[in-house]
Amino acid sequence: MVGLKFLRLGMLALAAGMFFGVIGGFQFLFPEFLRELLFTKTRPLHVSLVVSWIFLGAVGGIYYYLGNQCRLKLFSVRAANWHLWIFIVTGLAILACYFAGKFGGREYFEYPAVLSIPIFLSWLMFGVNYFKSVFKSTEPWPVYYWMWGTGIIFFFITFAESYLWLIPYFRDNMVREITVQWKSYGALTGSWNMLVYGTAIFVASKIGEDEHTARSKMAYGLYFLGLFNLMFGWAHHTYLVPTAPWIRTFAYAVSMTELFMLGKILWDWRKSLAEYQINRHCNAYRFLFASEIWVFVNLVLALVISVPAWNLLTHGTHITVAHAMGTTIGINTMILLSSVFYVIRVELPVEVHSGCSGQVKLGYWIANASLAVFFASLILAGLGKGLHDGGSFQEMMLSIRPFLLMFVVSGVTLMAGIWIVLLYAVRLINLRLSSEKSGAFVPEY
Amino acid sequence: MTLCLAFIPYSAYVYTNGTEASHIAPMSDQARYGQALFQQHNCIACHQFYGLGGYMGPDLTNVISNRGSAYARAFLMSGTQRMPNFDLNEPELDAMVAFLEFVDTTGRYPADEYQINWYGTVVENNE
Repeated sequence: MVGLKFLRLGMLALAAGMFFGVIGGFQFLFPEFLRELLFTKTRPLHVSLVVSWIFLGAVGGIYYYLGNQCRLKLFSVRAANWHLWIFIVTGLAILACYFAGKFGGREYFEYPAVLSIPIFLSWLMFGVNYFKSVFKSTEPWPVYYWMWGTGIIFFFITFAESYLWLIPYFRDNMVREITVQWKSYGALTGSWNMLVYGTAIFVASKIGEDEHTARSKMAYGLYFLGLFNLMFGWAHHTYLVPTAPWIRTFAYAVSMTELFMLGKILWDWRKSLAEYQINRHCNAYRFLFASEIWVFVNLVLALVISVPAWNLLTHGTHITVAHAMGTTIGINTMILLSSVFYVIRVELPVEVHSGCSGQVKLGYWIANASLAVFFASLILAGLGKGLHDGGSFQEMMLSIRPFLLMFVVSGVTLMAGIWIVLLYAVRLINLRLSSEKSGAFVPEY
Repeated sequence: MTLCLAFIPYSAYVYTNGTEASHIAPMSDQARYGQALFQQHNCIACHQFYGLGGYMGPDLTNVISNRGSAYARAFLMSGTQRMPNFDLNEPELDAMVAFLEFVDTTGRYPADEYQINWYGTVVENNE
């Protein structure tokens, strides 16, 4: 049940994170809006809560699948419960710091650095629990075991790397400090993508009832390509930082290998449609399908902005935000919601037997349509900023205001759509957790 | 395994020679204090260096050479409609400006003069 608790907490974090994102959006348009809660607070509240959702959703799924679906026994349920409680207490401390204006001031990790210690320790607990569990497997590992394990190990490496700035050797050299920071962030994103994409392959293989999906040569090939990009593709974030030129050229070449993934997605498009549509996991399939579309869209954008000549125009503009939002909402969130609905279908076969829920369908369409407008408005705002020639910052902001208005309005409807979905999912998970206490349900494994 | 073995020397290179910036003067204690203040007030939520950071305010990499120290100091002192007044005292204002002056010496963003190769890479003329 600890996996379900992680998923529930993750969904609450997502709901709250989107709320602070909407407030931040309004502050972009109307700087005087809610002056008591400055943008310097709403932005980290938004980012940290949404990143928490990604980790909680992925980790919750892994705990659940290892214990219930992989024919493995979780090494220590108690350690998993400790992991959850450390996450909750540390998370509350981080939120309290933000509200109080106590910052570490690093992008994405804006809380005081000392709070990274419990995060690191809880992750260590998770890593030991994971590897002690999967090492019991007597069969060759499916690709998602490798992906989850790689994600866990690289989280350690990149999270530690992101704190190298505490050492004066790094901090005192601005070029080194920025480069190492973005090296770690690029790879950290890659590490959580390993957790999330591993979850996607797991869910796809289960609802397609085809284990081959997770054991084919192509699956392992794509895993190695992802790992290669995780390790060496980060420098497209820092094309304009004066590092050694070959680092940037190498990153450009590495980034272009993702073209292969794009081709593979297009090649498999029809096949995947046929495979998924015959199954009974309607809600889970729906979100997985949406994630495939967003993978395609974001991969095209990622390839475009990884070309240094085009990056000159797009870097430091809202196009980068479009890419970040497109991947965290369109890909990661859609995959993790698919995982949540897969779990719900397994745990509550009676309640959700009749296929797609009307409420989920409504939220799904509102969220995806809004995300499309949200994404487009950020691209247009980014182009406006990138093409703005001379003039002051204020003039540039004024010129892109219509796109920012589109961005805020679609952000509100996006939040509404996701909240509709979350309300349904949290209600069912609560039902399952409360029935566990009374022993009323027998789940369908 | 090969990938992991390649990752270690690659990272070591990025930590050392790949990011060596011998043209930059060492950071002064005052600038270091300004850097700490910059982080304490979470300025990166709104501002950028080299295009990396938040988009609520402008990029600050070359604010000193583009606008001057007095201009930066005036903004820090009084704030704007977008930027709150952080009530910095005189030593803090001096430190923040010293930090921005230090950042300004590290490079140009966006690049002033560059060439684009046929295969899409960009070479700055001073590289």
